[in-house]
This record gives sequence, C-alpha cells and structure tokens, in this order.
Amino acid sequence: MAHSPFTIKLRWPGALAGALVLLLTLGTLGAVAWQAEWVGGLSPADYAAIRFTVLQALASAAISTMLAIPVARALARRQFRGRSILITLLGAPFLLPVIVAVLGLLMIFGRSGLLNGGLAWLGLPGFSIYGFHGVVMAHVFFNLPLATRLILQGWLAIPAERFRLTASLNASVWQLLERPMLRAVAPGAFLVIFLICLTSFAVALTLGGGPRATTVELAIYQALRFDFDLGRAALLAGIQFLLCACAALVVWRLSTADMLSGGMDRRVQRWDSGAAWLDMLVISAAAIFLSLPLAMIVFRGLPGLVDLPVSVWWAAARSISVALVSALLCSGMAVALALWGGRFVAVVGVLPLAASGLVIGTGAFLLIYPVMNPAKAALVVTALVNATLALPFALRALEPGIDTAKRDFDRLAASLGFGPWRFARMIILPRVRRPLGFGAGLAAALSMGDLGVIALFAGDAQETLPLAMYRLMGAYQMQSAAGAGLLLLGLSLSLFWIFDKGGRAHAQM
Amino acid sequence: MLKCENLFLKQGDFTLQADLNFPKGAVTALMGPSGAGKSTLLAALAGFLQPVSGRILYDSADLTHIPPGDRPISILFQDNNLFPHLTIAQNAGLGVRPVLRLKSDELARVAEVLEQVGLAGFDARLPGDLSGGQQSRAALARVLLAERPVVLLDEPFAALGPGLKHEMLDLVKRTLLTPDRTIVMVTHDPDDAKRAAQHVVLVAEHTANKPEPTSSIFASPPAVLARYLGTGMD
Repeated sequence: MAHSPFTIKLRWPGALAGALVLLLTLGTLGAVAWQAEWVGGLSPADYAAIRFTVLQALASAAISTMLAIPVARALARRQFRGRSILITLLGAPFLLPVIVAVLGLLMIFGRSGLLNGGLAWLGLPGFSIYGFHGVVMAHVFFNLPLATRLILQGWLAIPAERFRLTASLNASVWQLLERPMLRAVAPGAFLVIFLICLTSFAVALTLGGGPRATTVELAIYQALRFDFDLGRAALLAGIQFLLCACAALVVWRLSTADMLSGGMDRRVQRWDSGAAWLDMLVISAAAIFLSLPLAMIVFRGLPGLVDLPVSVWWAAARSISVALVSALLCSGMAVALALWGGRFVAVVGVLPLAASGLVIGTGAFLLIYPVMNPAKAALVVTALVNATLALPFALRALEPGIDTAKRDFDRLAASLGFGPWRFARMIILPRVRRPLGFGAGLAAALSMGDLGVIALFAGDAQETLPLAMYRLMGAYQMQSAAGAGLLLLGLSLSLFWIFDKGGRAHAQM
Repeated sequence: MLKCENLFLKQGDFTLQADLNFPKGAVTALMGPSGAGKSTLLAALAGFLQPVSGRILYDSADLTHIPPGDRPISILFQDNNLFPHLTIAQNAGLGVRPVLRLKSDELARVAEVLEQVGLAGFDARLPGDLSGGQQSRAALARVLLAERPVVLLDEPFAALGPGLKHEMLDLVKRTLLTPDRTIVMVTHDPDDAKRAAQHVVLVAEHTANKPEPTSSIFASPPAVLARYLGTGMD
C-alpha cells in the first residue's frame, strides 16, 4: 500500500538559507546590473578578454577530455597494485588549492623550473609557461583527473554481460560498446570542465595577464583593484555572468555529485586485452604529470617552512577561521535546505554552480562600498561566498541521506510527538553524520584554498594564506612561497580529513 | 471507545469508507485482500492521512484534526520501528517522553518494561546488534511505556517466522491488552486473527465492515472473506 506523503516540515531555516543564497547570487547580480556602465559599450580589450576566456576554456576542456579517454580506458581494464589509491587520488585536485598547484607547475615548467633547466643544459631555447598555453596546462592539470573519473564511470557502467556477449559474438568492443559510451559520457565531461575553466580566476591571475592573456574575471579584478573603475568592473561582471549562465544552462542536467563519488574498485572483465605496456605507460605518464608538481611543493617547501615570515602564520590563522566559519555555514544551510526540500531548494542548490566568485564579489563590493570600507568586510564576505559556492556539493552529499531518514522515520517520530526541531536534532542529524562531515570538510578545504573574492577585498590586514602566498610569489620569494604552499596544502587536506573523519567516527548506519 | 463516524478516505484513485466502533479491552483484526485499504485505515486512525469527510472519535474527543503525536494512539509499523542510532533503552524511552535524557525514575521504569518484554540487560545495545524478534520486543516496550489507550499494529511481526510471531502476539496479549485498551492489528494471516483477536473487521470492496466476533466470522465467512481465505470454491 502506497503511503500518503506525511512529513514533519521545518521550513524557516531553509527559507533563511535560501534567501541568503538568493541574495548572494541574484542580489549581487542585481547590484552589478544596476551599476554597470552599459552606455560606453565594450572596448576592444573587453572583446579580447571574452575571446580569451572562451578559447582557453574550450581548449582546456577539449584537451582534458581527450587525454582522459586513454587514461580511463587503461584504468578500466588493468588491475595493478595501487590502482584504487590512484583512483582515489584522482578526486584530490578538487580539494587542492589552485595557487599551490600553480606554484608546483611553475617549479617544473616555470622560468627557473626543472624543464627550462634541462633545456638550457641541452642548449635548447627556453619555454615560457605564461600566457595561453600556461593557463591551459594548469587547467588540464586540474581537470584531467576529473575527466578521467567521469569517463571511467562510463566504462565501469557498461554491464559485464555486454562484454561477454561482445566477446562471444567476436564483435568489436570499440564499435559496439566503447564508442557509444564515450559519445554519451564525453560531452558531459567536456561541458563540466568548460564551465569550471570559465570561472577559474586564480590560474589566470598567476599564469595569465597582459593584453593577450586576460580573462574576463582577471579584467574585473584589474578594473576594481587597480583602476577603481566600478562601472567597468560591473559591466565585466555582467558579461561574466552571461557567459556562465549560458554554459550552466547546458550543464544543468549533468550530475556534479559524480565528481567525488566512490565505488570504482571494479575492473571490467574483458577479452580484448590490448597492449598492457601501452596502458601502463599511459597511466604512468598521467600519474607523473599529476604528482610531480605536488612532489616539488613538498620538496621545496619543507626548507621554506622553517623560516616563514610571521605574517604568513597570521594569514594561516585567518584562513583557518574563514574556512571553519564557511564550513559551518555551508553545512548548516545544506541541512536546512535539505530538510525543507522541494522545487525551490532544487533551484537554490544549483544556482551557485552558475555563479562566479568574482561576480558575486563584485556585486558585494558594490553593495558594501557606499556603507563601509570593503577591506573591513573582506573575511566575512569571503566566508559567506565560499559557503555559498560549496553549497551545491554539500547539498548533493546530504540530500539522499536526509530524504531516506525522513521517509523512514517521520511517521514514527510524528506519532511519538516529535516537533520538527527535535526530529532534526535527534533523528536526522545522527543519521547523516557521514555526508555532513564530508560536506563540511569539502567546504572547509575549498574555502581554505580560495583565491578569488578575497583578492578583490583584502588589504594587508585581511590577507589569507592563499593571498599571502600569491604576494610572496609576486615578490619572487619562491622559498617562502613554497613553504606557505606546503602549509596551505597541509591545512586544506587536514581540515577535510578532520571533518570527514569526524563524520565517520561512531556513525551508526 | 475508538470510533469511525461516516469516515470517507481517499488516496489517489483509491477510496474507503468506514463507519464502525473498535471495542475496548479487545484486539480487533483488520483482514481483507491486499490493497483493500487496511493500512490506509490505520494511517487515518494514526493521523497520517486526513479523511475527506467524517470523524474519528475516541470516547467523546474528536481526533480528526489532531496531529499524530497528540492522539491517544501508539503505532507499530511493518519496519523502521527503531531508530538505528539510538540504544534500545533510548528507543524504548522515547515512549515515556520524546527526549534522550530521562530522569532516574523514568529510567527505572524503562528498565522494568524491558525486563517485562524479555530484554533485560539489552539497554545499551543498538538495534543492529539485536535479532528480528528482539527488535520487535524493543518496539513493543516503547509502546508499553507510552501507555496510550489505543495501539495500532500495522503487521509489525510479519517478517518474523511463525514461531516468533506467535510468541510476539502472545506477548502483546499478555502485556498490552488491558481492559481499557483498544488494540487494532492489520493481518493477512487468519491464524494470527484466531490466535490474538476477539473481533475481526473485514476490509474489502471499499468498505471497512462492522466488527464481528472472530469465532463466528470464521465459522461462516462472508463471500469476500471466503474467497480471500481460499475456501470459497469448496
């Protein structure tokens, strides 16, 4: 017998969280639209920024997806020691502070990096990482793992029976199974990465710049920080929003929860073995490309860690505070929204995916500027924006558990006379400890490594660790920068680990 | 007395009407073909389904618009009767008051009832550590502690084997059935009804019929019941 939907509903905390998300996404957008100087129209530099933004995102997404296909294929059909660890690590770049990865890449491909050292030793001309190809390379570094995981899921989703059937028919696995699967999976991976690369400010800030390699977000930053041209910054923010909104509309239906989901231990049993050495070569190359920059950070950062400037430690303390506030806020909002449920929550849950931190930041700047010195609000705004940007991921993690707990127990709780608050505290929260810890850890790590809004707002007194690290890099203090990078990396991963572990401990499922 | 007064229920396309009294101090079995609306009627009594029209009364009090937790009614579902993250004592204690920290006299009462259902010493265990039969006993302990005059059983023992099920029904009769308590249980097993119920309400063809003594209804079953029991063709 089908049960009628009877639910204990807790509405207003969800409504409050929803209102905050709407204010930060649509509200700031309104401020941007209001202040934008539409009359002057777009300058040639603006067109160049739009063109660069789109082209680098297209190239990054295309290269990431294409390189991911052989890697995913090799992982799908080979079994070797460390395979599951490698697959787990493919999820790690999501938690990796962008600025740390960029510094790692600089240590290999930069002016005085390993590659140029080797080239000079061979008497060959040097290689410059700055500009279009540098931005694309950093994006591939970040998104190749994501693309690999998305495509690997496609491979593992092919039922084993199909491989058996294909083998017994003596048919081509590629034609019958793999090509159709890729046709279904690869465009999704491409689009998700395209959207991510449209809004990747820190990479453009560090590796781009100049008239030929400026993204729209970088142009916003420059208009706000250097020219203090609020109208132009607002106009650019409007453009950036339109870019993101167009891309997000296309991505709308694609699952983002897949980015970090597990369950990929299965190896596909198949009968067309192919060349094992080629697969292992592909896997090794990818593993080296992905791990070498991080190894460099650890290697060069350890000595730098000892004599870090005091200001860096203060920045670290600020970052930890911001990350903790952001994690609490994000998980609180996610629980409130998931408890509320419904169509409005579904929209609120994806809205931040289409938002760009820089656009929200510009809007917030425009709203705060007339009232107070934006630098003073820097840390608060950063925590708010980080919590909002991490919300979709936390919500995706929490929703299934909360829905199940509600479905299983709301009648029993109602018949026992539970009010909504007591139901949430005593029944729901203990049931979703694991996803809650995971979501909070994710929010903390993302906030810890964020170099976006903070760059728009902060003075010296509000410097966070990523910003301090960026400034050290700008001053060519590479030793200290590497030390700060190692610290940042350690803190981000530790925060995630602590929250995630806290959720797992004593969890009764 | 628990009373359905011209009750009309609707759930999607499904409808059910009920106009009957459940006698006090007795177990009444709801029987009938599956999909006939036994659980729907129970959901309405418990307050999970608002009737389209009619009233639900207990003695002279109108329960129709009272929220589930405020009705003088306890219910046991088919499953999910225990919260897996709470201990057996906490789960049972929710019947006393819906909080996790009870006063010492209340705790003593919880221990007493756990002993009564044969779960002495299981206080600190989690439901997952218990067998199916023990879990049923823990849920029963909560209902006993709640001390509400009406108890609805929505086939809570259906997943147990026949021996355990009979044991539980006997336990229900022994512990729960008092002169001023009304027990309504859904079942599809005639043996359960014969074993535990004094009255049977036949739910079929969109109607919950008036209760009849168990012995007489099985002695000369109406056509619908006979078909359901599989004796109609004899």
